[in-house]
Amino acid sequence: MARAVTVRTKVVYSAAAWAVGLLIFFPVLWTILTSFKTEVSAVASPPQFLNADWTLQNYADVWQRSDYPRFFLNSVVISVGSTLLGLAVAIPAAWSMAFVPGKRTKDLLMWMLSTKMMPAVGVLIPMYLLFQRIGLFDTHVGLILALMLMNLPIIIWMLYTYFKEIPGEILEAARMDGASLRNEILYVLTPMAVPGIASTLLLNIILAWNEAFWTITLTTVDAAPLSAFIASFSAPQGLFYAKLSAASTMAIAPILIVGWFSQKQLVRGLTFGAVK
Amino acid sequence: MGQITLKQVRKSFGDVHVIPGVNLDIKDGEFVVFVGPSGCGKSTLLRLIAGLEDTSGGTIDIDGKDATALPPAKRQLAMVFQSYALYPHMTVYNNIAFPLKMAGMDKSAIDAKVQDAARVLNLTTYLDRRPRNLSGGQRQRVAIGRAIVREPKAFLFDEPLSNLDAALRVNMRLEISELHQQLKTTMVYVTHDQVEAMTMADRIVVLNAGNVEQFGTPMELYRTPANRFVAGFIGSPKMNFVDGPEAARHGAHSIGVRPEHVEVSTSAGSWKGKVGVAEHLGSDTFLHVNVDGLGLMTVRAEGEKQLHHGDDVWLTPDPSRIYRFDKDGRSLKAA
Repeated sequence: MARAVTVRTKVVYSAAAWAVGLLIFFPVLWTILTSFKTEVSAVASPPQFLNADWTLQNYADVWQRSDYPRFFLNSVVISVGSTLLGLAVAIPAAWSMAFVPGKRTKDLLMWMLSTKMMPAVGVLIPMYLLFQRIGLFDTHVGLILALMLMNLPIIIWMLYTYFKEIPGEILEAARMDGASLRNEILYVLTPMAVPGIASTLLLNIILAWNEAFWTITLTTVDAAPLSAFIASFSAPQGLFYAKLSAASTMAIAPILIVGWFSQKQLVRGLTFGAVK
Repeated sequence: MGQITLKQVRKSFGDVHVIPGVNLDIKDGEFVVFVGPSGCGKSTLLRLIAGLEDTSGGTIDIDGKDATALPPAKRQLAMVFQSYALYPHMTVYNNIAFPLKMAGMDKSAIDAKVQDAARVLNLTTYLDRRPRNLSGGQRQRVAIGRAIVREPKAFLFDEPLSNLDAALRVNMRLEISELHQQLKTTMVYVTHDQVEAMTMADRIVVLNAGNVEQFGTPMELYRTPANRFVAGFIGSPKMNFVDGPEAARHGAHSIGVRPEHVEVSTSAGSWKGKVGVAEHLGSDTFLHVNVDGLGLMTVRAEGEKQLHHGDDVWLTPDPSRIYRFDKDGRSLKAA
């Protein structure tokens, strides 16, 4: 029997949902608003909202004072590079775990996930020294490798869950049809898993784009992405909230736009396995 | 050519011995059906031949060459799966063309072969469709098309008709039999349906718990079953079995009589009983009779037989068609 939903219940639930949504979005909104205020207006107490002095000067200052395009390009290279490299490693790995599982496959998956439970700062010193010694410090290759390794467990888990939903008989059919392992993965598995691979790709680009801990500690100038760009505006001589906000807005804008246009893929990627 | 020889083929999953050791010689061009109850290892045996499972022991020769260690792609066998296993992201055309592409054939040769197969299987108008837009029977045809274009040494069928409805199943059964007559290629076919086995096979392999109970033509299995299991499995309705003193009277541990080898009378006969259920099919009437002291027996009578629930009947088995079994279920030769 269908449950009758009263108008009042609908209104209450909608209002609650909007409230939670606004609460989550508020810091981002406030950052964007602050970026359009003067420095004085930005730190005014009580906070100014509609009565603030609005300006575009912060953006002009930030653009002049730093090399935004270079940071942006670094962000693109590192996030896209680490995700693609991660996929290249994870697709065969997830294939073997999903279709030819061994006795320890489940343990292996859990172990991989457990590496994500360790605080990153725990390996900061060894990683830092290692990168310094082998010349990976402040290089694209170094950061791509670091972020790829960091996100690899998530990529493998997502793909594994996706591959598990593909019937094994179809892959066996490909084998019977004379496909080598490479062709089986290339022509049959991958095209069937495109929606899963796409959402994995998007989510991991976003994760890599927003990663701040390693990107800030393992770079100085050459390979520094937008996270380092934001950090560079929190100077020791005092915070410039408005400029910092402008920089942050500029840093998150590209990924926000990408995320907006790929919402459907992302939601599917984040909820698959939950609904069959 | 498509001769397949299994020598002492074994398969275990951990401690479970699914196939304890099978010897089999499938001749070139033969239609062989593996039949048995579910879990008897018939699909596993087929997958061992296909190379989709590794053997735990023994050898599989294809055309006299040892293929035991060859990957499935190198065995030149084609397989039709129960779920059809079509590639959902490819059109019918590309599904059928896939094995030819994998073989590195050039485009025009592929096109000729795909068009040819589509004509044979009545799929010409569906070539641009995706599998999800096809009916069950059409999907089955695409799966068969994908198998025939490669001109394999043998076709392997894994319960290909079990997802179809009854009417379509009879049609496809005929189509596969006709295909075999046209192509004259070896076919190995797995089913749990003894009617499919009897109607399609040149020779039937009856499997039980991974063992070959009997390997012979359908009529050999029907007339001279090697044991009680085969006797009970082949034939529909099932053979009636009688143990105890009545069997001892025939010098056996148990005896079996097929429903079609029993005479029904309302006046006199060997065994007296009461009709429980009478199934009037039109062409035949199946009577389920409670025989005094022997239990429930199924009898096939002519279609017009006017017998109903509660009627008293006398049954007389045809003495030349009584099967006798020893205490291990093995058939005893006629005394």
